[in-house]
Amino acid sequence: MTNISQNDVAATGRHPALPSWVIGRIESFGIPLLALIAGSILFSLFLMTEGKSPLEFFSLVWRAAFSSAFSWKNTLSHVSPLLMAALCVAIPARLGLMVIGGEGAIILGGLAAAVVGASCGTYPAFIGFALMIIASFLVGGIWIGTVGALRVKRGVNETISSLLMAYIATAIFNQLVESVFRDPASLNKPATMPIPDVLRVTDLPFLSTHWGVPVGILVCIACYFLLERTTVGFAARVTGDNIRAAQVQGLPVSRLVIGFTGLAGGLAGLGGFFEVSAIYGNANDSLISGVGNTGILVAFLARHHPLAIIPVALLFGGIEASSGLVQRRMDLPDATILVFEGCIFILVLLSETLYGRSDSLIRKILIAARAK
Amino acid sequence: MKKTLISPFSRRSFLKTTGALVATTAMPFGMRAAFAAGKLTVGFVYVGAKDDYGYNQAHAEGAAAVKAMEGVTVLEEENVPESVDVVNTMESMINFDGAALLFPTSFGYYDPYIKETAPKYADVRFQHCGGLWKEGDPSNAGSYFGYIGMGQYLNGVVAGHMTKSKKIGFVAAKPIPQVLNNINSFLLGARAVDPEITCQVIFTGNWSLPVKEAEATNALADQGADVITCHVDGPKVVVETAAARGCYVCGYHVDQSTLAPEKYLTGAEWNWPHVYTDFVKKALAGEPIDNFVRGGLTDGFIKMSPLGPSVTEAAAKQFEAVKAEIMKGGFAAIKGPLKDNKGNVVATAGQAFPETDIALESMDYLVEGVIGSTN
Repeated sequence: MTNISQNDVAATGRHPALPSWVIGRIESFGIPLLALIAGSILFSLFLMTEGKSPLEFFSLVWRAAFSSAFSWKNTLSHVSPLLMAALCVAIPARLGLMVIGGEGAIILGGLAAAVVGASCGTYPAFIGFALMIIASFLVGGIWIGTVGALRVKRGVNETISSLLMAYIATAIFNQLVESVFRDPASLNKPATMPIPDVLRVTDLPFLSTHWGVPVGILVCIACYFLLERTTVGFAARVTGDNIRAAQVQGLPVSRLVIGFTGLAGGLAGLGGFFEVSAIYGNANDSLISGVGNTGILVAFLARHHPLAIIPVALLFGGIEASSGLVQRRMDLPDATILVFEGCIFILVLLSETLYGRSDSLIRKILIAARAK
Repeated sequence: MKKTLISPFSRRSFLKTTGALVATTAMPFGMRAAFAAGKLTVGFVYVGAKDDYGYNQAHAEGAAAVKAMEGVTVLEEENVPESVDVVNTMESMINFDGAALLFPTSFGYYDPYIKETAPKYADVRFQHCGGLWKEGDPSNAGSYFGYIGMGQYLNGVVAGHMTKSKKIGFVAAKPIPQVLNNINSFLLGARAVDPEITCQVIFTGNWSLPVKEAEATNALADQGADVITCHVDGPKVVVETAAARGCYVCGYHVDQSTLAPEKYLTGAEWNWPHVYTDFVKKALAGEPIDNFVRGGLTDGFIKMSPLGPSVTEAAAKQFEAVKAEIMKGGFAAIKGPLKDNKGNVVATAGQAFPETDIALESMDYLVEGVIGSTN
């Protein structure tokens, strides 16, 4: 207990039971885990009211999501867009912004990639890929960057604007896919022109998952370094912690907000690029999958920490992948998985109130232990 | 305590399917096909809810008929989007449940999802509803569909008698060939009664958008349409809204007469129980299934709802006469001279496109008399 700083004493008025950084670690791992478990218990109660077995449910989730090579393939197919969608929430969150409209950036980024890719058949593949990636990143970045700009320039609430802009994005997407960018050959399901085979992202060697997953993981790690280990990231976190203080310190708050929301949107757009290039080969309304919304949940459970997003996205990819088996084997509607995710989300939000309270709890435990 | 939490049904089916899975995966590939000859696991995949009073319910009724067959296990999964999700669902049914015959029932499942998945599972049969199986597509895939345009033509005949305003209305999902054929058939059926009749069409943009469907129905009623039909996944909203506005309605997909007993005239229905039991019988007997299957009223693929109480005698008479004509086979709704609603000729005098004509499956126009645009 030699590490107790003067700050800790000043903040609480007494000596904490453990050094503050230890408590911080315990809280940031333990509380989300607690929320996850409590959410699962709440959902189990719900299942029992329906006369279904929670044990069977969780064993089916395990079976469908993680038990075999095929399960992993299924799970990982959900993970790639989830990583990007979660970053689109987590990065602005570190600046104190609650952006929930990542879906819009994903689908418009995907559309941009598809349109550019379809017209790049004659160029060498690396140029085609570069142009597709730039296009998807730019379009997604501008979309969410606009949300940031509206926030700092006009004081528009970013939560509301990003949510509403996602609806606008869907409308624009559908309109463009069904009119100017429509492949005349796509009769029963309107889609853009197919992108050439050389511009399709392939599967990883020996694994039936595409490059979007490892790239997504690398991007998460890069974002961690950007936010935690660079001066720009520090400036962003200061802005998130206390915007007044940041302004007083002379930090370029507007540029930080626009830049980081733009980055977040760009990454979501990149997620759209992978969906188009690896999976669909064109842009069609299958892109509007709601993954942007699951990304919100992933980011919250990961406490907006880029590295924590990776395992949490894997978990939720698995949960989503098990929807079909649960539906067929347990005779439950497909919305069951949504109910489960909803239960977890509610508990995650409730658990926010626990932060900073564990010190007294730990103290009590220590005292009880000493008394024995 | 633990046992009471598991309902007897789910536990039994869990054990049964796990057992089947172990048995099938343990066998070499050749034997798996032989195993399928006596017993069969059939998977149905729906794009919407099984009880949508529409497209998916029609298929689920077919699945229920298959469920009643000896030696068949039926798997069902609803609300599966037309995306990579359907690949996951199909592979999951094959890998976890040992499905050997799949019926993915939504249009958008075929290309590219079924076309890409089928070659990986040579001993599984992929029967797709609505798709266009072509020479060169996987040989273990196939497509089937019904000439339901004829049902909409018959709807139109009754509508033509019942409309007073000479305006009829159509709420449509997307301007794709199967939908356009229904709109055109509905109007042409009505024009067979009175060539003055026009049909206003409103596209909602997607298969299941209840709020837009209600708005579209109200807009049609506001513009004076007094008989309304639709082609959306779940016609419930259209039928109820139209009836509430005092319009007559013609149904689609399944019999919706219980939703509007007084205002329901007739409806174009799928007859999937007949089609599915047929396919499954063939699979059980080890007989080959054709890769490209189509059928109409004559073949028992589609049927008409019983005529409602408001249908006049004259309407009923012509309805029965036209139906008898269609039952003879070779009936053409699209026949010349006929122009589209932009003035282009779609059929010259003497030219006719019978229901079986494959050209109708790439229709891209609305005929003269339909008010609306395909884009």
